[in-house]
Amino acid sequence: MNLNFLEFEQPIAELEAKIEELRYVGDDTEINISDEINRLQAKSRELTASIFNKLSSWQISQLARHPQRPYTLDYVHKMFTHFEELHGDRAFADDPAIVGGVARLQGEPVMVIGQQKGRDTKEKVLRNFGMPRPEGYRKALRLMRLAERFSLPILTFIDTPGAYPGVDAEERGQSEAIARNLLEMSQLKTPIICTVIGEGGSGGALAIGVGDKTNMLQYSTYSVISPEGCASILWKSAEKAADAAEALGITAERLSELGLIETVIAEPLGGAHRDVAKMAQTLSQQLLEDLQGLQKLSTDDLLTQRYQRFMAYGQISEVS
Amino acid sequence: MSWFEKLLPARIRTENKKTRRTVPEGLWQKCPVCQAVLYRAELERSLNVCPKCTHHFRISARERLNFFLDPDSQQELNATCQPVDMLKFKDSKKYKDRISQAQKTTKENDALVSVTGTLHGMAVVVCAFEFGFMGGSMGSVVGEKFVRAANHALEKNLPFISFAASGGARMQEALFSLMQMAKTSAVLARLRNKSVPFVSVLTDPTMGGVSASFAMLGDVHIAEPNALIGFAGPRVIEQTVRETLPDGFQRSEFLQQHGAIDFIVDRRELRQRMANLLSILTHQPALIS
Repeated sequence: MNLNFLEFEQPIAELEAKIEELRYVGDDTEINISDEINRLQAKSRELTASIFNKLSSWQISQLARHPQRPYTLDYVHKMFTHFEELHGDRAFADDPAIVGGVARLQGEPVMVIGQQKGRDTKEKVLRNFGMPRPEGYRKALRLMRLAERFSLPILTFIDTPGAYPGVDAEERGQSEAIARNLLEMSQLKTPIICTVIGEGGSGGALAIGVGDKTNMLQYSTYSVISPEGCASILWKSAEKAADAAEALGITAERLSELGLIETVIAEPLGGAHRDVAKMAQTLSQQLLEDLQGLQKLSTDDLLTQRYQRFMAYGQISEVS
Repeated sequence: MSWFEKLLPARIRTENKKTRRTVPEGLWQKCPVCQAVLYRAELERSLNVCPKCTHHFRISARERLNFFLDPDSQQELNATCQPVDMLKFKDSKKYKDRISQAQKTTKENDALVSVTGTLHGMAVVVCAFEFGFMGGSMGSVVGEKFVRAANHALEKNLPFISFAASGGARMQEALFSLMQMAKTSAVLARLRNKSVPFVSVLTDPTMGGVSASFAMLGDVHIAEPNALIGFAGPRVIEQTVRETLPDGFQRSEFLQQHGAIDFIVDRRELRQRMANLLSILTHQPALIS
């Protein structure tokens, strides 16, 4: 299997290549080398664990954008049953960069909404690299209102470099579309659980990211600006992206320390793409637990708690 | 002090000799659009709008509030809120140093000033951005002060007006800044539920996280002429689409054409138009004949 190893994973890649080679040899000879293969595989796991134990913020942001990282629809198909995708904002278009629809999570009816990236070049273009236009956010809002009407809890999956910075998006009111979602989501009378599964890119992520709880997968990121963007503005050089990633504190671990997100969901060894089925299972478990917790609350309590959660964001001091 | 000055009796000594000038700095100002050389006092009389070509100069939060509200009617809200460098953020410069420098040059604690005051006698709550404070960027203090001002308007049932002038979210407070978008938008939902009017005035520039949150959530959107208003900055868009952007792109007139704002108003007419609008929304007798 081609795992598309990242630069910092090169030692693992070399070891895996050796294992592949041995397997190949093992096929033609009668010598039993399975012990050797097992030994090397254990070593590879150990090496992976040691590398993944001390990842930098920049390395994590590369993992969050890994070409094989599972996207929203991968989870939808693995975690949910009876998914019916719903399309269009009823005003202008259907934005393929955001997908949504009704489904069942272990039998429980829910609304699922998430940004969707493309796997191959053609799909990447179709999905606009996961960068939604206003019609995408308006579709999301339409589906959320629909969910509210039929008392379906909303599960959102965040994975976008950001809202699309294009002429057409500006013409159709990108700012207004994002802002409206923030306002409406603050008082939707149904539980909203948001999970960052890959890249949480600024306002474009937040526009489907405000609710009762925020989860982040272990190697996902959430940031006010991309490390590259921040570096080119504040350091005047995009090459300082690694420094910017560190300074911005974009990782799940750091954001949970800062109290900005609630739960970090552990990924399989080597990242979600190494074992999508296992990742989907862990995620599904977490979402079920979250749902059960939130469904105990009355609507009033749910909304009060959500409001207080928003109001608590930020740190200031007051001295005269 | 030189030996000679020491010899002089105190009543003859003149302090601050160096700062004395015959022509004070800033007596004249050039309009960047029509190049006309303008007499500073005259420019101020016309509310920092070029009398020749009506170019609207950027103005500070205090100037804005002084122009907009009735004389001597202002009472500042939450003036003591101070920014905190919770991330110990450091790029080419420390955030802490950027704060103290901005505080020194603007004489403000952060990028938002909020007050109560009257407009043609009508009590209102107003907040105005100080663009000179780190590009009017929104961090925790801006979010908190905005929310408190909105709550004040809600409690007292007073119209709430915001003057935006901001580059967007403040990078140095990272995700805390992003969350201010959610916070400021959520409080506006409460104003809506109670029919407390919120009018958003968009001035040059209103971009990024500020435009993608409360600034675009007004019951009415008013823009100053030719203000840059949008989500993504024009340079970012240019790099993405790899073509030059049309003239007037993301300017007030463009936004009005595309249905994003209600009307564009000359700064010198804003007091009247706002008073008229608010008196109708709040069912008060006409304030202006």
